Amino acid sequence: MANSNVSRETKTIRIFIIFSRETERRIMKEYDVIVIGGGHAGIEAATAPARMGCSVAMITMDKKAIGRMSCNPAVGGSAKGHLVHEIDALGGMIGLIADRSGIQFRTLNKSKGPAVWAGRSQNDRKLYSIEALKIVESVPNLEIIEDSVVEVVVENKKIAGVKTQKGLEIKCKALIISTGTFLNGLMHTGLKSFQGGRFGEPASLGLTESLVKLGFEAGRLKTGTPPRLKKDTINWDILEEQKGDDPPQPFSLRTPKDKFPYLPQLSCYITYTDKTVHQILEKGFDRSPLFTGKIKGRGPRYCPSIEDKIYRFADKERHQLFLEPEGLDSDLIYINGFSTSLPEDIQFEALRKIKGLENVEMVRPGYAVEYDFFPPHQVDLTLETKLIEGLYFAGQINGTSGYEEAAAQGIVAGINAALKIQKRPEFVLKRSEAYIGVLIDDLVGKSTDEPYRMFTSRAEHRLILRQDNADRRLMKYGYEFGLIPKELYNELKEREVLITKSKEFLSKTKLLPNEINSFLIQKNTSPIDNAETIDKLVKRPEINLVELLEFIKDKNGEIIDLIKDQKALEQIEIEFKYEGYIQRQLELIEKMEKLENVLIPLNFDYSNLKAISTEGREKLSKVKPRSIGQASRISGVTPSDISVLLVYLKS
Amino acid sequence: MSQLLSQNEDTIVALATPPGIGAISVIRVSGPEAFVKVDKIFFGKKKIVDCPTHTIHYGKIINSENEVIDDVLVSVFRAPHSYTGEDSVEISTHGSQLIVEKIISLLLEQEVRLAEPGEFTKRAFLNGKIDLAQAEAVADVINARTEASLRGARNQLDGILSKKVDSLREKLINTSSLIELELDFAEEDIELLPIKEILKNINEIENEIDNLLKTFSFGRVIRDGVNVALVGKPNVGKSSLLNYLLKEARAIVSEIPGTTRDIIREELTLDGILFRLYDTAGIRITDDLIEKEGVIRSRNAVKEADIVLFISDTETGFDYELFTELLSLAGEEKIIKVVNKIDLKKDYNNIYDVEISAKTGEGIESLFKKLKEKAIGTNVYTEKTAIVSNIRHFNALKKAKEHLINAKNSISENLTGEFIAVDLRNAENALSEIIGKVTTDDILNNIFSKFCIGK
Repeated sequence: MANSNVSRETKTIRIFIIFSRETERRIMKEYDVIVIGGGHAGIEAATAPARMGCSVAMITMDKKAIGRMSCNPAVGGSAKGHLVHEIDALGGMIGLIADRSGIQFRTLNKSKGPAVWAGRSQNDRKLYSIEALKIVESVPNLEIIEDSVVEVVVENKKIAGVKTQKGLEIKCKALIISTGTFLNGLMHTGLKSFQGGRFGEPASLGLTESLVKLGFEAGRLKTGTPPRLKKDTINWDILEEQKGDDPPQPFSLRTPKDKFPYLPQLSCYITYTDKTVHQILEKGFDRSPLFTGKIKGRGPRYCPSIEDKIYRFADKERHQLFLEPEGLDSDLIYINGFSTSLPEDIQFEALRKIKGLENVEMVRPGYAVEYDFFPPHQVDLTLETKLIEGLYFAGQINGTSGYEEAAAQGIVAGINAALKIQKRPEFVLKRSEAYIGVLIDDLVGKSTDEPYRMFTSRAEHRLILRQDNADRRLMKYGYEFGLIPKELYNELKEREVLITKSKEFLSKTKLLPNEINSFLIQKNTSPIDNAETIDKLVKRPEINLVELLEFIKDKNGEIIDLIKDQKALEQIEIEFKYEGYIQRQLELIEKMEKLENVLIPLNFDYSNLKAISTEGREKLSKVKPRSIGQASRISGVTPSDISVLLVYLKS
Repeated sequence: MSQLLSQNEDTIVALATPPGIGAISVIRVSGPEAFVKVDKIFFGKKKIVDCPTHTIHYGKIINSENEVIDDVLVSVFRAPHSYTGEDSVEISTHGSQLIVEKIISLLLEQEVRLAEPGEFTKRAFLNGKIDLAQAEAVADVINARTEASLRGARNQLDGILSKKVDSLREKLINTSSLIELELDFAEEDIELLPIKEILKNINEIENEIDNLLKTFSFGRVIRDGVNVALVGKPNVGKSSLLNYLLKEARAIVSEIPGTTRDIIREELTLDGILFRLYDTAGIRITDDLIEKEGVIRSRNAVKEADIVLFISDTETGFDYELFTELLSLAGEEKIIKVVNKIDLKKDYNNIYDVEISAKTGEGIESLFKKLKEKAIGTNVYTEKTAIVSNIRHFNALKKAKEHLINAKNSISENLTGEFIAVDLRNAENALSEIIGKVTTDDILNNIFSKFCIGK
């Protein structure tokens, strides 16, 4: 991958290091864990091990850039909201920060079942960073160092430390690299391109080359961001308003109810492109870095730029755009859905043809950014690299896109780094347990050649992996690692008991026709002829559990408690209403688990397996799957390869 | 593991044709040393090591005492262009069982190992020469009794079923992805696919699965054959009919009622379908101890039969009592009502499905037609039709269909995409099981234990 360039740059950097070694280099104290980068992955990767008792250093170019939202000022959304809830249940920070800086909260997919409900917040970009920094600074054992790492120091295939641009050499037991889009970042607007990781910030040079030298394979990806508009040049009156939920729901279980929402709540607005807009944009295609081949990296299929959308969905007459506030006192508006790297003049001309933007001023054009990543088959399910012990990759470096995906990897890498140093068993979530498990299993097994974004459809056990039960699925781990406060965990355990007992009671307690029929008729559902248990009645879509509870004549202590516990009520209602489906998913999990439990020895030599297809063998040797289940999900590994493996392992 | 790897390094031998049957026996040798080892006992114009692949050579098998064991033909197959994917030799000998045993023991002396049941096919599978469904088909080919069953198994071996199932799977995945698109891009103004369209797709897939399911009875029939029980009062001419059918006097035909005490089983092939005919002693109640035994056996024969020929004659007429008793043992759809002796009397009622005379042969052709119709239906299957003949495949298809019905229920209950998707995904998994996309240990264990030695 652009090898000649890489080695040339490496040489210059090495000369610099040799030169500086004589003058400035000094050994600083050793840390257990060093985290490179203070983005959404870095925050989790640094705070988790620090809270687990490790000494941690976060190295970032600029302290004020910690938690910077480099793309849209929003957290969550379909499947991403699920990730935020899961990270929160493990004791991570992203939910807390989003809650504290949120200026609009909405639950998406509310018209569908609870499994796909997803929280999304609009955030004040500036406040998000401020809150993130506050949290990072509040964690003991965690030091922030403003510098840039240029070389990774390895001894005997084991991480030893890093060398920085300022000439420092810092030792560590574990190194987590979460550098986002900064590795050899190159920004494009039209045919102009300039080095940088983000608007106004320098790229991180040298680190990729250092890793390639160690034997890692690097690749190139692309992502983009839309232009920023000036708020008071938009004709808001003619646009469709999109309000937040009332009352808003926070992400974090640790956000105090009485303080939330922390900030005044704002609306977003909706507008659309049309044919005229498309025609103007098309004029710029010959100067598009994307279409002219100037951008080499693969972009995300799912979050395409506006030029991509016009090109690929040529028959679509309009595309929806969201005008999102960047903050309470910000005069910037983020135009979601208009990500572009077309020339600045084209962007501006097209924007002005959009309804409501007739007199708009563009503060900053959209741009595409190309950056290095390391195809993620090179990491294990703990996110430790297979090549270098104690080295972890988290976030966009693994080819993902999105704050939530980054944060999820950050916390897994951080926890695992700490566990390894403390000689405790590793932490790997199963696909049937969490979206985080799906995310990492996908990355490791399938690798990726485009920015990976989480979708609910990636989870085969979607009905079980809900936002509402993230705590029931994962908080036990967060508590075990010391990342979840005891009171919160005890509360969950008590609720668990209440749920079990209430479910038992409700599946035995019957309501008589004369007690309930007038209610049923009033609810437009058919009356009953014989006494029916509550768990059966609640399956009717027209009826809520809490309404039925009112009809229980002798309410015992549990039912009185239950009526007061909204969360427990919700859990029981979902489990009753969707029992059949949940059961079917559980059966599937059981079936899959069988394959997950057939383990492949770590040192298994695939080159001895003549029977396996060439591609299969190559992929299997690369990924080194831990189980047949994992092996079966690797793309390029055929069913017969799996059968062959099974037959071998059986004997 | 290393043990198994080394196992695959060795060379194996076994008789590939059924023992004792046929004029030619084929001994198969496969493995890296197949050529070298056979060269030690085979003497022809050329060394086998020097022969190109897919060639046949004449020569003699000679033992260490220089005795000629047999004149043979050897076929040479070089890896990977052989059944197992390894270097293979097939030795064709006209010899007796004894000679076959001698040749094999000569090879065993050369440290060639005797193959385990199914080991050749297992190697073919491990070398990626065949997929799981094909491996199963091999077992069926081996056990094929008739030409039609061989054809069915061949067609599966060629992967026609796998291809068909794979195309259904793909269609299912496409349908699912439409649902997923709606779920994951709800906020992004994607034009949603109307649920009607999704329902249409599901129905189409279900129909195709139905068609495959329908081939199962046919598939099973051509694979396993059909059991036919002959039932009727004594003396209506069951044995005469049987005899006529077989043109062979094995059942004793006598004038004394109840002489057919034992079940007589005969086999008959009609257009490649194997019919197993069971002549019963009738199913009436009897005090005679010997007969009682026979009656129990008859009842069982009727219960297990795929087709029951209920035979009356023109003289005694249709016995409603016996017929009612028969209905308690076999479903009406299994029964063909036959009237015999139409040569003796012309006026009889029209309750019967077929009218025959076992004496003159009149009506026998239409009886054959009826038998075939009952066995395989009126559908026409060509060699290109995907046919389900394996119970595992049948069950997986049935499961897939159930999941599709669940999905349709979810749609009719107005449930949203994520619920529909659960069952579509399960249906996809069920289909995947057929082609081995989802392989469980159980499936694999089953398959390779079904083989006999030499395959």
